[in-house]
Amino acid sequence: MTASAAPVEPLLSIRDLEAHFQTQVGLVKAVDGVDIDIFPGECAGVVGESGSGKSVTFLSVLGLVRPPGWIAGGSIRFDGRELTALTRRELRRVRGKEIAMTFQDALTSLNPALTVGSQILEVLREHTPADGARPAEAQALEMLSLVGIPEPAIRMRQYPHEFSGGMRQRIMIAIALACRPKLLIADEPTSALDVTIQAQVLDLLMALRHRLGMTVVLITHDLGLVAEYCTRVIVMYAGQVVEQGPTRSVIDDPAHPYTRGLIGSIPRLSRLGEKIRPIEGQVPELVRLADECRFRARCPVAEARCGARIPMSDLGGGREARCVRPGGRR
Amino acid sequence: MRLGFVVERLLQLVPVLLGVSLVVFLMITLTPGDPVEIMLGNERATPEQAESLRREMGLDLPPHERFVKFVRNALTGNFGRSFFHRRPVAEVIAERLPATMELTIVSMLIALALSIPLGVLAAVKRGSILDRIATVASLIGVSMPGFWLGIMLILLFAVHLGWMPVSGRVDFSHEVPRITGMILLDSLIQGRVDTFLDALHHIIMPAVTLGLAMAALLMRVTRASMIEVLQQDYILFAEAKGLGRARLLMRHALKNALIPTVTVAALETGYLLGGNTIVETVFGWPGLARVIVEGIFSRDYPLVQAGVLVIAVIYVSVNFLADVLYTLLNPRVKL
Repeated sequence: MTASAAPVEPLLSIRDLEAHFQTQVGLVKAVDGVDIDIFPGECAGVVGESGSGKSVTFLSVLGLVRPPGWIAGGSIRFDGRELTALTRRELRRVRGKEIAMTFQDALTSLNPALTVGSQILEVLREHTPADGARPAEAQALEMLSLVGIPEPAIRMRQYPHEFSGGMRQRIMIAIALACRPKLLIADEPTSALDVTIQAQVLDLLMALRHRLGMTVVLITHDLGLVAEYCTRVIVMYAGQVVEQGPTRSVIDDPAHPYTRGLIGSIPRLSRLGEKIRPIEGQVPELVRLADECRFRARCPVAEARCGARIPMSDLGGGREARCVRPGGRR
Repeated sequence: MRLGFVVERLLQLVPVLLGVSLVVFLMITLTPGDPVEIMLGNERATPEQAESLRREMGLDLPPHERFVKFVRNALTGNFGRSFFHRRPVAEVIAERLPATMELTIVSMLIALALSIPLGVLAAVKRGSILDRIATVASLIGVSMPGFWLGIMLILLFAVHLGWMPVSGRVDFSHEVPRITGMILLDSLIQGRVDTFLDALHHIIMPAVTLGLAMAALLMRVTRASMIEVLQQDYILFAEAKGLGRARLLMRHALKNALIPTVTVAALETGYLLGGNTIVETVFGWPGLARVIVEGIFSRDYPLVQAGVLVIAVIYVSVNFLADVLYTLLNPRVKL
């Protein structure tokens, strides 16, 4: 399902999102005017380097931006509700219940002092009424076996450090999905794992997505993962969305020079001997940014027009790019 | 817990106790002053009488033989007779130790009741007025000498306002039959509410004096570790699960944050169980520390030696318990 597929209401709609951080060197606009739509049932990939604002954008959705950061403006609509207008209490009922999020490192994301069982049970108990149809224990066991934890009844009583990295990641997924959320935000779900385990965890995630009818946002710096698992890709750079569209078409014909750079810097076994072309330079400091294209300093095709604020251009076919000459076209 | 760990700890106790005994023995032996002279005092005693007393107390032997004899007797549980109290040292210590234990327990309860909530609150409201007040207060608490605070409390609440007793554990009219030796506990067991209240009335000021200094330290430890824990990924993940603030703080954060607090509290408990000489003296608290100090003044060698040994055993045991407690809080640690 893509954005072009007629008027489908997005499940999540982020508009003009601003998330700022007060730091020693000044105000950092980590997320600066981000518009993202996530459609029901899709698996959307959000790619970008560290500091591109991809994680902060989705932490904002759950209201989890921590001080010294805050949401400075914009709108986040989810399933017909404006999340930024919710009270803390109302937002708590969305977290874990309707929108779940997993993080990069399961070892640090699971509480070392609590058993795995208690960490999955508490989310079930938090969101299901006391007179729930089925006891939380049964649901927890089912969820753990669903993510492929053998002997879940025994494993429930163990602590996170007693599991392998891949198993811990599965447990984090089980906890996140325990309440059958409509949307899962998986923030770098495999970056801390061995390559062989990465594929297992992602395949599991995709199987669960179909089985539970879930919408997934996969946040990653690995365009290869997006190419394999996501129907649509959103490319972020320095706090802005620079390109989005159906994965296949974006990868075959990237419109933004940054996307082209990302694709060029992926090492490919199939093209051994071909030189990797890294993107020169670094992500700009997000303090006191000039009103210009943020990729200008690193862009191989920058020109005078890039010195102004660049709007998103609609390229048709559900594609958009923030460039004065998308795809090198004039 | 492995049996090996317990055995290891017990074996560690041997050199500690031997070392402590030797050091105390040397210090006593090297300190000028003759117990015989002190005991005979102004009484006109003949040199023969003094000599016979010296022999009776075993002081006629050369120092190394005295030490070996002490160790050999101690191994069989015989700590000798107190020169001054003229009864077995074990009896004197058994009488005084409960008073110190009682004071320690109440002080620690006061310290924990103050420090943990305040430390958590200061960490959660980091940088707020409340945090700053708590930080300044704890700084004052840490730097205030116990004897000064004790004297000030006595002056204000006992002498000036007359709300509190000046010293002692309980009014003489309230003596209860001894079970554990801890009056608060004994009076409760025997249903003597009036005695319990009177003992509570007596213990408040010394316990507050000790408790405040400890609370200050423990609050700072709790605050620092709580701040660190609150920045951990697992707190963010727990928050993303939609857990409430109370659950997040009490269950997810506090259990991890308490690990350093428990360690420090255990060390402090061991220290307090050794008795706080100054506070026991200021408040006339008949505890272990005071009886040892009195023993030093009267050159009551057996009493001092046994008393210090008991303190060493307590200290090592409390540390052992702290390690056990540590594993309960931190499942990653296996003993």
